[in-house]
Order: sequence, then structure tokens, then C-alpha cells
Amino acid sequence: MTDLTDLTIADARKGLAAKSFSAVELTEAHLAAIKAANRALNAYVLETPERALDMAKASDARIAKGEAGALEGIPLGIKDLFCTKDVRTTACSHILDRFIPHYESTVTANLWAAGAVTLGKLNNDEFAMGSSNETSFYGDVVNPWRREGSDAPLVPGGSSGGSSAAVAARLCLGATATDTGGSIRQPAAFTGTVGLKPTYGRCSRWGIVAFASSLDQAGPVTRSVRDSAIMLGAMASHDPKDATSADLPVPDFEAAVGQDVKGLTIGIPKEYRVEGMAPEIEALWQQGIAWLTERGATVKDISLPHTKYALPSYYIVAPAEASSNLARYDGVRYGLREPGKDVLSMYENTRESGFGAEVKRRVLIGTYVLSAGYYDAYYLKAQKVRTLIKRDFDQAFEGVDAILTPTTPAPAFAAGEKSGDPLEMYLNDIFTVTVNMAGLPGISVPAGLSLEGTPLGLQVIGRAFDEETLFRVGHAIEDAAGFMAKPQDWWSKA
Amino acid sequence: MSVDRATVFRIARLARIAITDEEAERLESELSGILDWVAQLDELDTADVEPMTRVEAMTMKMRKDEVTDGFCATDIVKNAPQEDDHYFVVPKIVE
Repeated sequence: MTDLTDLTIADARKGLAAKSFSAVELTEAHLAAIKAANRALNAYVLETPERALDMAKASDARIAKGEAGALEGIPLGIKDLFCTKDVRTTACSHILDRFIPHYESTVTANLWAAGAVTLGKLNNDEFAMGSSNETSFYGDVVNPWRREGSDAPLVPGGSSGGSSAAVAARLCLGATATDTGGSIRQPAAFTGTVGLKPTYGRCSRWGIVAFASSLDQAGPVTRSVRDSAIMLGAMASHDPKDATSADLPVPDFEAAVGQDVKGLTIGIPKEYRVEGMAPEIEALWQQGIAWLTERGATVKDISLPHTKYALPSYYIVAPAEASSNLARYDGVRYGLREPGKDVLSMYENTRESGFGAEVKRRVLIGTYVLSAGYYDAYYLKAQKVRTLIKRDFDQAFEGVDAILTPTTPAPAFAAGEKSGDPLEMYLNDIFTVTVNMAGLPGISVPAGLSLEGTPLGLQVIGRAFDEETLFRVGHAIEDAAGFMAKPQDWWSKA
Repeated sequence: MSVDRATVFRIARLARIAITDEEAERLESELSGILDWVAQLDELDTADVEPMTRVEAMTMKMRKDEVTDGFCATDIVKNAPQEDDHYFVVPKIVE
């Protein structure tokens, strides 16, 4: 039964339709894998086996009646940032560790309506603030990949580290994730998985714990580009409950997978060649260019001159919006409460005890940049810089159909290696954060291995609401790379 | 140092987060480091640049002004740390 966990969503769908196995068998195989692995990897913060089996039984009944949905019987992991009705949702923060929503996020509701099965809730950095999954209240997630000849734990990336680790370790067929500055693509690159951040507005934000509302976007982590297209098709919708949700039809994303890239023009931005970038990353980038050229795409050098300002402006916009969004955690309506001598000290004690160090740091930065007299100098300035970043992309897309870059400046690092210096950690998002600032879609596809034997990803950036071109180009890279490497299973023996 | 100790305590008070003297010392250098780093944005002249408000031009939708949800007080207070008869209970505010 163990090979059932090794299927892609597309192959599992075929197997279910052909009655080669049942949805219950597929779910049971995953529940067993989670049970054996989770102590070592810490990818799930909540396992929901009974709910999973009930949903799988219902899927089998619908398959028998010929009423299968697009994700019928497919077992998924859900990042613990998505509110799930009657199932604990914590954002991996102590302040929410007993929160049980009485509503379902739009994205997960769409997945259940398509027939998907939930296996449980996945670990992430607290309130999605982090790049290594080391800020979760429930402890670090461990990357299933290790450096060759070493058993030192590596980080799975963040903030969607539970999603990336679970997909890489075969603990679900796909996972939901969210991306504010790179939180889907960077973990995907670190674990040899496919991570897609759709265009801002493609997926509803309703019912997702808010971090930075003008940047947050939900997307899938999967083991193939086709699976990414299948999952996005089910997750995306226009939602009147989210005023920023785009009122556009959801295309048949899967139809784009496998279309050739002949005739496409791919931009190579010179500003992404940064100092200190690992030589194997540069080599992989060149390899990606060669693959696309061999398949008939035209490659063109482009310039995105404001690239270096994306990260500093992000660290104004994201903390500012986080400080506003996290003001709701006051110990009154839900979540943790710590007593105090009056209402003000109750608030202060609750938030001091409920938030971790990184969350406090960002709330304080955000409070500072929004405080009286500083708004124009910081937040307004950063929003103007966003216009310049967006303008760079608009001009580039007049001459190219997509942009190819590395996903990260280096492969997965060791646990504890960067957690001492917030700025060093922030630099991990240097290639991904521009996409959030401009609201564009980006996909990370595994394309090779580092000198240490760990995965590396290439990123494709597209025009707003043109995820289809990302799937075309992403699939061409996947096909050319033939990335078949899998992490060696050490975790279920631990 | 772009923020001093007194500023750290002032913004912690605004953010309603209690901090110790030790935390304030650490935050003073961390916040200063981050603010010094973001100061590179000053290199850019943005006097004639509009702030970004949306990805694609999109008109905000209006909906009919009617009640679409409600009558779920029990659900709403279910996660409250302290509640009484559908009210949230807080420490005494007015003497």
C-alpha cells in the first residue's frame, strides 16, 4: 500500500476512476505514513483521521454514483492558517491555540466541494512570519531532505514549511499554503516540490488568518506542475466575501500543461544576479535558459531596476499591515487571555505571552512606521516604491511573456543557522518578494540538486491573471529537468 | 541607532505588548537595524509617484444593504475567554 502515497494527484485521480483502489485505501495509506513520520518531521500540528476517513467514504460513494468532483477522494494537508469549521485553527500561535472556528475559509470550502479529503492541519511559521518554519509555537518542521553524508536537520523553508515537508515526504498528495513574501515558493524550492503563488485576487482570502492583506495569497504545494494546475482550478473562485477577489472566470488551468513554449519570449532580469549567490544557482539558471531555448522559446535580457528596493519596502508594508491585522488579538473575543490589574494590562499581558519574538518584532516595526508623523515617510513611501516595482514589470511584459529567475539565492540551510539575525533571514526572500509587491503570479519548479545533494528551484513570473503561461513554462522546465530525486526515507524509521 | 530605549517602550505601549528591560535592549538594536536598512528607500525620488492601491484596475462592488448573516450569538461567543449570557466579559473599565 505504501506506493499509494507516491502518486501524483493526476495519477491518483486515474486510479480512483479506474477503481484500482478506493478513496478510503488512499486515505488510510496517508494516515499510516503520517503516523510513522510526524514525530520526526513535525509537519502536522493536528491530525484528523476520523474526519479524513468519513470524507473518503463519502468520496467512494460519489465515485460509485458517477458524481466525482475534480479532486474527489484526494487526501490533502491544510496549512493551519486556513480556518476550518469545527477543527482547531491556530496560525501556529499560542494566542490562538484553542481557537475553533465556526466557519470554513472559502478556499478550503471550494476544495471540499470538489471532493478533496482533509488529513489535518499543517505547521507553519507563527502567523506566517518566517522563512524557515522556526517560529511556530508548535516547534520546528524538519526538512525530509538532508545534505549528502550528513544527518543534521535542514529547514523546510517558511512560512509554509509544514506544507512543503508533508508533500515532499509523501504525507499528502498536495497541500494548501499561503504566500506573502515567498512563503509558498521558497519552501517548495527547499524541498523539491512545486509551489505556486497565484495572482493577488485569484483565490479568496476570506477565512484565512490575515498577515499582510495587500500581499497575502493562497496557493498549492504539489509534486508536479499538472497537480498545481489541478489544485488551483479547485481553489480559485470569485468570492463576494472578499472585496479584493477578482471577478474573472477561472480558466481550465490543466489545459495549459503540456502546451509547448515555442514562440514564447522569456525575460532574464539582470538585477537577479546578486552578489553572494551560490555558483550552482547561477549554473541552474543558465541550464533553465538552455532548456527553454532548446524547446523553441526566445530568451531576452531585461532590466527590473527597482528590484533591490522590493525587500526594504516589503519590510515596511508587511509589518504595518500585520500590526493592524493582529490588533484583533486582545484577549476579549477569542484566543488567549492573561489577567491584568486593569483592561490595558490585560491586553499587554495577553499579547506579551501570546505572541512569539518574530511576531512581536514585526508588530512593533509596523506600529512604529504607522505612528503619528511617520506614515508618509514609511508606509506611503513604500506603497509608492511598489508602484515603481510594478511599473518595471509592466514595461518588461511589453516585450516578454514570462520571466525566469532562481527561486532562492541558496539551497536549504541548517536549523538555527540564520535565526540569530532577522535581516539575514529576510534576505532569503530577495527573489520572491518582488512578485508579491507587484501582485503577480509566480511558480517555483524543482530543477536540480545543489552540490550538497539538496533541491534547487527555478521561478517563473507571469503577467497578472496569466497563470496559464506559468503552467506552460513550468511544465517545460519540469519535463526538461526530469527531476525525479526523492528524499531518502529516514523519518519513518526514527 | 534610529530608535532609542524610550521609543521602544512607547511603541510597545501603543502596540499593547508588555516588554521587559532585557527585551527592550534587544529590540532597540534589532528595530534600529531594520529601520536603518529600509532607509535605503530614501535614494528614490517618489515625489511624482502615486502609491500602489491595486494590482489591476478594478471597481469596488456595491451590494444591497440588507442583512445576510446573523442570529448566531452562541457561535460568536463560543471562543471567548470569558462570556456571560452572550456578552464578552472584560475587566472593569469605568469606576
